[in-house]
Amino acid sequence: MRRLTPYLLALPSWMWLAIFLVVPMVAMASVSLQTGNAIDGFAMTFSFSNYADAIGRYSTQLVRSLLYGGLATVAMLVIGYPVAYFIAFKAGARKSTYLFLLLLPFFVSFVLRTISWNFLLSDNGILFGTLKGWGLLPADFHVLATTFAVVGGLTYNFLPFMILPIYVALERVDPRVVEAAQDLYATRAAAFRRVVLPLSLPGVFAGVLMTFVPATADPINAAILGGTSNTMIGNIIQTEYLTNLDYPTASALSFTLMAVLLVGIFIYARALGTENVLEAAAR
Amino acid sequence: MRGARAGDRLLHLYTWLIIVWLSSPIAVMILFGFNDKQSKSNTTWQGFTLRWYAELFDISDLTVALYNSLVIALVSTVITVVIGTMLGLALGRHRFRGQGATNFLVFAAISTPELVMGASLLSLFVSGNVPRDANTIIISHVLFSLSFVVVTVRARVVTLDPSLEEAARDLGATAWGTFRQVTLPAILPGVLAGGMLAFALSIDDYVVTSFVNGSTVTFPLWIVGAVKTGIPPQVNVMGTLIFCIGVLIAVGNAVAARRRS
Repeated sequence: MRRLTPYLLALPSWMWLAIFLVVPMVAMASVSLQTGNAIDGFAMTFSFSNYADAIGRYSTQLVRSLLYGGLATVAMLVIGYPVAYFIAFKAGARKSTYLFLLLLPFFVSFVLRTISWNFLLSDNGILFGTLKGWGLLPADFHVLATTFAVVGGLTYNFLPFMILPIYVALERVDPRVVEAAQDLYATRAAAFRRVVLPLSLPGVFAGVLMTFVPATADPINAAILGGTSNTMIGNIIQTEYLTNLDYPTASALSFTLMAVLLVGIFIYARALGTENVLEAAAR
Repeated sequence: MRGARAGDRLLHLYTWLIIVWLSSPIAVMILFGFNDKQSKSNTTWQGFTLRWYAELFDISDLTVALYNSLVIALVSTVITVVIGTMLGLALGRHRFRGQGATNFLVFAAISTPELVMGASLLSLFVSGNVPRDANTIIISHVLFSLSFVVVTVRARVVTLDPSLEEAARDLGATAWGTFRQVTLPAILPGVLAGGMLAFALSIDDYVVTSFVNGSTVTFPLWIVGAVKTGIPPQVNVMGTLIFCIGVLIAVGNAVAARRRS
């Protein structure tokens, strides 16, 4: 009986993950190779051309998503690292207060936060409307429906997921190591570059993983902030699935997106070194 | 060292700027819940009113959506916490065949983009002719929250001294008695944290839900649907109330944790 315990404990989750994670992936793989339409039904024809068609038709949005996801991730890294650094090394006893303040947005629904951004950035809203009224901005100035609005929205929405892992990595850096470097006549810049930065890389790695994947696949920011000319792949997959009922195309696109993300993560992991990956994965 | 001081001060100011940036949409949301708007759009400030608080439940399909979200979050959290805690215990306490594969599955469930998860679930439900309703939403919410509960519980389980449980058993406690009186109280903070995470993930989810909802509408889905016609102030009020309750729970939790230690 005791030897069976772990299996019995794991059984319900196994079943859930098998039926609702593994089987659906297989179902989606199968659908992506079928032809037909929603009215007459779909039949398996091993039509790999679905992939070529889907990628051909939506390569613009696919590339745009990777670009926006990448830009947002870089922006989050640049904006977030100093914040993580400040909280880890300079905030003293107020560390948890700062972390709490950074996490405040999570108490508001993701959708609602993005809509509030729409509010704030709207052409004649409280921010730009006021500035335009004072004559500080030209009357046709707008941010909504631009690349900047979408990338900015993604950056805003996922920033805490970049700051937290970097903070965790920095928090573990022993201040004495930094002092030692300075005692050995390293300048502050050199101590940072040669000691602190390398030690924080696992956190950077985890942060990039936690933000790049959801930012690239996110349909909400593009839908709410992007207007019609900034459609991302997430919006296309949603439309193909839910409006056009073109399940094969949508499935092929979903798989393509996942494959591209996996390859990206793999290349990135190789570039940063496997030890860092294992370390990041172990946390 | 004066340069270093100035640098620190600049960093301090910068951190506050980021915090203000992150919080500004929340401030806007709360503020416009009090906006006495006359026109259809709620984008310019027109004066203070408490009207939307009084008329909070006047938009019946919005109220239904909020109610659906709460019920779905509650049910999926209970299921997730029960089966996730079981798996967390198995992974943290035992060695068994398939442990590596299980860890991989748990990791895969966290790292699959929500969009792909939603799309694949819809593929399954379409292939199997499963009608989409609140049940399919609950199934998918359990799926994406499960790994988070497993990971939080496991982290707590591995810090637990196994000799405590052995002592209980040596003193004649049954397996269930040991679990209820020794193991569960010790891992409870992890279980509760996992549960709160699952609830928060569920009530906030738009992407996965949008694939598997059928004709059932949740709070986030209703909001996105209303973007084109204009978000009514009641949404701001509901968002404000959820925000306040969440913050109160978090602060209460932190205060309680500080008292205990």
